[in-house]
Amino acid sequence: MAKSQVSMKVNGKTIEALVEPRTLLIHFLRDQQNITGPHIGCETSHCGACTVDLDGKSVKSCTVFAVQANGSDIRTIEGMANADGTLHALQEGFREMHGLQCGFCTPGMIVRAYRLLQENANPSEEEIRYGISGNLCRCTGYQNIVKAIQFAAAKLAGVPFQEAAE
Amino acid sequence: MIPGAFAYHRPSSVKEAVGLLAQYGDDGRALAGGHSIIPMMKLRLASPGHLVDLAGIADLKGVRTDGGDIVIGAMITQHELIASDLLTAKIPILRETSLQVADPQVRYLGTLGGNVANGDPGNDMPAVMLCLNASYEVTGKRGDRRIGAREFYQGAYFTLLEPGDVLTAIRIPVPPAGHGYGYEKLKRKIGDYATAAAAVVLTMVGSKVGTCSIGLTNVAETPLWAEEAAEILIGSALDGATVKKAVAAAEAITAPASDARGPAAYRTKMAGVMLTRALARAKLRARGA
Repeated sequence: MAKSQVSMKVNGKTIEALVEPRTLLIHFLRDQQNITGPHIGCETSHCGACTVDLDGKSVKSCTVFAVQANGSDIRTIEGMANADGTLHALQEGFREMHGLQCGFCTPGMIVRAYRLLQENANPSEEEIRYGISGNLCRCTGYQNIVKAIQFAAAKLAGVPFQEAAE
Repeated sequence: MIPGAFAYHRPSSVKEAVGLLAQYGDDGRALAGGHSIIPMMKLRLASPGHLVDLAGIADLKGVRTDGGDIVIGAMITQHELIASDLLTAKIPILRETSLQVADPQVRYLGTLGGNVANGDPGNDMPAVMLCLNASYEVTGKRGDRRIGAREFYQGAYFTLLEPGDVLTAIRIPVPPAGHGYGYEKLKRKIGDYATAAAAVVLTMVGSKVGTCSIGLTNVAETPLWAEEAAEILIGSALDGATVKKAVAAAEAITAPASDARGPAAYRTKMAGVMLTRALARAKLRARGA
């Protein structure tokens, strides 16, 4: 099958490549571009470990063909830290609030939470839980992930983080 | 999981898309949001030789009013639908349903057109379309035609669409201002298809039901329009005895499969429970004329 030429921006860097139309975006990123932050969890559109930000949308990159992403602007976990190397508020939140244990879901969680906070800078706990309902975590029970996102929202808003009473 | 090989096409007009789909016949498939066809291709349950991506066709986007109808471009995503002020104001059951479809990531790409065109009995929107008496605008080899949603679904994954057809828009008569509505869905977890779900749109005249329409999701090979159940309710005050009678009529037309979501008898009963709840919610929301 003839390959297609694609061009896309990933974490600010323009990538040009030839892909088979059947190549999934997650395989393109991981296997061809060595961008291995997005993980392959279930590979059946359920778990969200492969989530990337594509043109302002959180998408499961296991359910998008690389050719569909032609011309798009993509951000993965590799593109989350600030230019000076300091952590993004979400990354800091996950560290400070123990928002990860094994860490497998974390790249997808953080990239998803990034878009959530772009759309809703001050989400309620319920809105956070609903907003990350497409990302599965088998370790944490989500409690600390929610806190991590609340931490980041507070930090980005420049207000002190108040942990809710248990 | 690697799908079978295919050739990718990205037409920029409906005419071009129809030409490609007509040319490739059974070997071609339209690609909308991709969240049904791509999983099927990964499992090799579908292996089209040609995928015709509709994402580059500007005419398939947008929401407009046309007389008493709202016409929604087929490629509107669930995410865009949820964010639409016009749809939320005029046909709020759409937003309520969309919020219960799959999960956020799927809603960013999954489209209304794909949801209604695929013929998957698990999809939520078809029953809502039966409830609203929507029709689908279709362009095919022989030109344009309009198909009522209530005629469209023939069996599981089997609709009145023919090879070469593109469902371009969904046309919905706007329900009267002040109508009540509810979409109640029982599911095992976020992202799951319904064990059973019910859509209700009704109007109240004083304390009595003026008009009523009911759709049921995933309790038969096709979405169901529960016409008799709705007729039982019209003129009633939605009192317990009448609701019970209507629920029994709705349950009687279900024919769910026994599967991981439960045995058939359970799913039928849950359709009744969802209908009871949707009716109660619709009544609360309705402003009597």
